[in-house]
Amino acid sequence: MLTRRIIACLDVTAGRVVKGVQFIGLRDAGDPAELAARHVEGGADEIVFLDITATHEGRDTLLHAVQRTAERIFVPLTVGGGIRTLEDATRVFDAGADKISLNSAAITHPGLIEEIGARFGAQAVVVAIDARRNSPANPAPVAPELAEVFIGGGRKATGRRVLDWAREAEQRGAGEILLTSMDADGTRNGFDCELTAAVSRAVQIPVIASGGAGTVDHFVQVFTAGHADAALAASIFHYSVTDARTLKQQLAAHGLPMRLPC
Amino acid sequence: MIAVVDYRAGNLTSVVKALRALGVDPVVTADPAALRTAEKIILPGVGHFAATERLFQSGMAAAIQQRVAQGALFLGICVGLQWIFRGSTEAPAISGLNVFPETCERFPNSVKSPHVGWNSLDLVRPSRLLDGLEPSTHVYFTHSYRAPAVNATVAVTNYAGNFSAAVEEGNWMAVQFHPEKSGPAGLKILKNFLDLPNLDLPNPELSAC
Repeated sequence: MLTRRIIACLDVTAGRVVKGVQFIGLRDAGDPAELAARHVEGGADEIVFLDITATHEGRDTLLHAVQRTAERIFVPLTVGGGIRTLEDATRVFDAGADKISLNSAAITHPGLIEEIGARFGAQAVVVAIDARRNSPANPAPVAPELAEVFIGGGRKATGRRVLDWAREAEQRGAGEILLTSMDADGTRNGFDCELTAAVSRAVQIPVIASGGAGTVDHFVQVFTAGHADAALAASIFHYSVTDARTLKQQLAAHGLPMRLPC
Repeated sequence: MIAVVDYRAGNLTSVVKALRALGVDPVVTADPAALRTAEKIILPGVGHFAATERLFQSGMAAAIQQRVAQGALFLGICVGLQWIFRGSTEAPAISGLNVFPETCERFPNSVKSPHVGWNSLDLVRPSRLLDGLEPSTHVYFTHSYRAPAVNATVAVTNYAGNFSAAVEEGNWMAVQFHPEKSGPAGLKILKNFLDLPNLDLPNPELSAC
């Protein structure tokens, strides 16, 4: 049976792993290759690196970290952040990534999804969507159908609706959707299951839920009510609140199919 | 010599890194002459079945067929498995190698596609490639097309029904999943392949005299 995946996410800037709360207030958490290897030993099914500043200077440092990581871990490695062209993607694949994740660049140049998919296969292209339902002016969350796509690390509203963009990304050949709830991100108050379920229903490709993981119950909810195919978390693992193996054992006890032993 | 076939379909880095981690330095090549000297030939491949057309156009397909007939061992991965079937509905105009006469088809609409993630192997026959694996070992898949279970199938995986997760017949071996991305179990499978004895293969330079 196909298992639900637990993905450890490392937010990387200038060659170090950091984790912010709602996209600000970064705290240093260590070396990417070291942490990735530790997460895999801890039972994570996949690793995601997000280059959250994606500056030119930081780029080579990131590629070097990808290279060092890919020599040590033999589970899928996804790299996102700052990929704007086929050449950017090629460098990341050559360094050892198995998938790339496109965010802002997919919105501004949607043809990039097809372009990279044609060269590296659709399964290698993840479209990351930063979604927002709350706003300072309107603190009550809007319906999932009205959730808005943000780009530029969550700083810029696009006016695009999340469900429409997810469908378009699928049509253009994305292999997976990585859906981050900006409202939930870093809060450890639980995933946005309502939004995840709406996106999962809207597309036929797998949906990875991100943002808000804090407890085992949050994962149970996002895999059941949220219909997520995979769930991504960062801080819950970095500070050893739990490891993926313990989490997966607990989820298996709730009847969810998991890769165990791992 | 271990050859990794480069036909510009997807990403070879992961396969090469996994082989290096097992102590082997493969030759990545698109040259039919190099393939004619290989003891083992690994054909990775992610992406569209149409990319395999290059294997015939370049003469690599004939070189692979000839060398495997001489005793070289072949390991296809992902599209590399689909290619040794008759073909795929993904690119009906393009022939596969037809080692197995069945055709690969897309997953039905009743399930999400691509089939992405860790799924279990159901070992149905003894296999040199999968030797020593625990029952129901999980391996990593990512694909939208699948080969049916056939006589040569040594492991099936269930996703909207059973399909060929691994096939093995004579010197032809192939897996639909990605051993290079399947953790310790995947490395074990690659090591099984690398450890299979090389037969006494003719050296093309000498036999040409």
